[in-house]
Amino acid sequence: MIGRHRHLIGLEHLSREELLSVLELSTSMKEVLRRPLKKVPTLRGKAVVNLFFEASTRTRTSFETAAKILSADAVNWSSSTSSVTKGETLVDTARNIEAMHPDILIIRHPASGAPQLVADRVGCAVVSAGDGAHEHPSQGLLDLYTLAEYFTAAAGRKDAAPDFGLLAGKTVAIVGDVSHSRVARSDLFGLRTLGAHVRLCGPPTMMPPGLEALGASVHHHLQEAVKDADAIVMLRIQHERIGDPLIPGTREYSKFWGLNEKKVAEWLAPACCILHPGPINRGVELSPEVADGPRSVILDQVENGVAVRMAILYLLAGGAQDAGQGGARA
Amino acid sequence: MSHDEIVFIEGGRVIDPASGTDGVRTVVVREGRIAEVVERLERPRGARVIDARGKWVTPGLLDLHVHLREPGHEYKETVASGARAAVAGGFTAVCAMPNTVPVNDNASVTELILARAAAAGLARVYPVGAISKGSKGEELAEYGELRGAGCVALSDDGKPVMSSALMRRALEYARAFGLPLTVHEEDLGLVGKGVMHEGPAATRLGLKGVPAASEEVMVSRDLALVELTGGRLHIAHLSTAGAVRAVREAKRRGLSVTAEVTPHHLTLTDEDVARSGYDPSFKMNPPLRSAEDVRALREGLADGTIDCIATDHAPHSAVEKDLEFDAAANGIVGLETAFPVCLALVREGLLGERRLIEALTASPARAFGLPGGSLARGAPADLALLDPGLEWRCDPARFHSKSRNSPWKGRALVGRCTHALVGGRLVHELGEGAR
Repeated sequence: MIGRHRHLIGLEHLSREELLSVLELSTSMKEVLRRPLKKVPTLRGKAVVNLFFEASTRTRTSFETAAKILSADAVNWSSSTSSVTKGETLVDTARNIEAMHPDILIIRHPASGAPQLVADRVGCAVVSAGDGAHEHPSQGLLDLYTLAEYFTAAAGRKDAAPDFGLLAGKTVAIVGDVSHSRVARSDLFGLRTLGAHVRLCGPPTMMPPGLEALGASVHHHLQEAVKDADAIVMLRIQHERIGDPLIPGTREYSKFWGLNEKKVAEWLAPACCILHPGPINRGVELSPEVADGPRSVILDQVENGVAVRMAILYLLAGGAQDAGQGGARA
Repeated sequence: MSHDEIVFIEGGRVIDPASGTDGVRTVVVREGRIAEVVERLERPRGARVIDARGKWVTPGLLDLHVHLREPGHEYKETVASGARAAVAGGFTAVCAMPNTVPVNDNASVTELILARAAAAGLARVYPVGAISKGSKGEELAEYGELRGAGCVALSDDGKPVMSSALMRRALEYARAFGLPLTVHEEDLGLVGKGVMHEGPAATRLGLKGVPAASEEVMVSRDLALVELTGGRLHIAHLSTAGAVRAVREAKRRGLSVTAEVTPHHLTLTDEDVARSGYDPSFKMNPPLRSAEDVRALREGLADGTIDCIATDHAPHSAVEKDLEFDAAANGIVGLETAFPVCLALVREGLLGERRLIEALTASPARAFGLPGGSLARGAPADLALLDPGLEWRCDPARFHSKSRNSPWKGRALVGRCTHALVGGRLVHELGEGAR
């Protein structure tokens, strides 16, 4: 359980305490991840199924790694086709998998709401690994973790555990195709709940209505959005959006909403870090120099992703929050 | 009850907006027709009595917009099951949209629907013919043949007529046969892959939005075409504040236009989609709109800008509905819940009782020039007895419709049809067990 929740479908309805329960546990998990012998028996005998209806290497591998470190048995059920073309409905697929008695079902699906549909029909815990343009809660949590870790180090506490209280009052700019981004939504909900200010920036065609009501400010000019920001999340521009017709092309997008070394040097506050959920379109939203540059925490995100997902699996498989001592309770 | 029997419907509050009657009266039915509506009358020996005390006695309700799915999708609904659902909801006449398989664009399909309706012997069924052959939006259908076979209006419902040129000719050509065009207004380019109203709820849910403007640009286009052609336009399931404004303005200028609104667009919003957790029982086209749109629709219905209430009864099975929201079919059933859902507006003080009944009887009859909708002496005795205080729980498993796709499932509703008469015959009586 994550607080009151048996499933992890999104961050929108998680309280501050519920977010912190995952984040704080992630610090212990990261310590396990960094051990030379990275294996604990915590979830031995638990079965985790990765049910992916959309191509994903990073997220699936991250969940799989997390499960294996915790000694859970992870299997992958991939389907490149959606239920409509495949002839089997999502509900049928989910019930078939449930009949194999998994403890946790991790689902990625191109349709917003698909994890909710599955969660309503199966008995096991369901974790969304991203659904349509709705949410990507584990990505949101790993972004929160990475930001807190960065702010803690920037405050001079280099080897201290991340202080999640430092997120309060910070300003994070999220730049790109917000309308199609589940990462933007999960980041927005999580950051707002933990007290950060969120600026959303992109071409007006990529900004859906009602963002202000969710507590964000909306910007169309990158310079304005990143001014004095403490961190920037650059979103991936998907090639299928070009000519959608949301934007005329990558060249103009990159010129107005991409980050290169010059803009970073001239517009960003000295301590501002840069995140990206990956995979990066080098030369579109980020120039290679920025992606690999000193402000980039992109690889920290990937490492923290495993730790955060270990925490999620642990809590939803029935564990309590004191993983450090109480593995036996899982 | 035989055809020549005399029926006394006694003690009910008769609401007949067409004649202005509103008070406790006895309705006398003789030989299938309304014989009298009087304050008191000695009852002859052998007359059958229906005790209507505590109930409203109204003209049978009339729904200009239902999908009966026959021919083609009989697993969702048939003419008979749809007509059964209709009378259970108090509707004694329904207009059947032509998006069947095959499309009702020819006399054979029209005749089949009428034959099935006659065999069922429940609600009257008025077929609506297609505007274009196959509802493909390319060539005009044969309106003369369709009218001759029994069609009362024309529609490509489910789809807009995207070609302005074809729409212009349809409005013109239909004039020769006196048929109104009832149109589904959405600009498909603006709709794109949208599945719910474009607004804050869609943004939170990550679902693609359908902007209100997709309806408004088409309503504006068709009002301009009515002005050009002098055609007769009825706008189906109005859903946005801007469309209400456009119709109000057109009526003020004297254009020949009528409009309908559904019970769900009057009572539910896009936030209900969010609250439902992506439940496809809240997915329909046009989508549930914003609270402001709902307010405008209620005002438009109250002030007569919107003439009538129509359900857009759209049965679908679990095959089309038990899916991801994106993949699920549009539409919900509505015949058996329309009255209580709309009655809630009366209780909230947003709509007068007589206006509600008018929007379900006299107004739709007038819009399509149909018989019925009044209790005039000599008219066919199509009547509904409505209990405005009857509380019940909406259990779709007990619907007479074959389909269960209702956003009101599990909800407590107040108000229900207890009896329906068509041509003087009692075609529905609410069983004690069903209460």
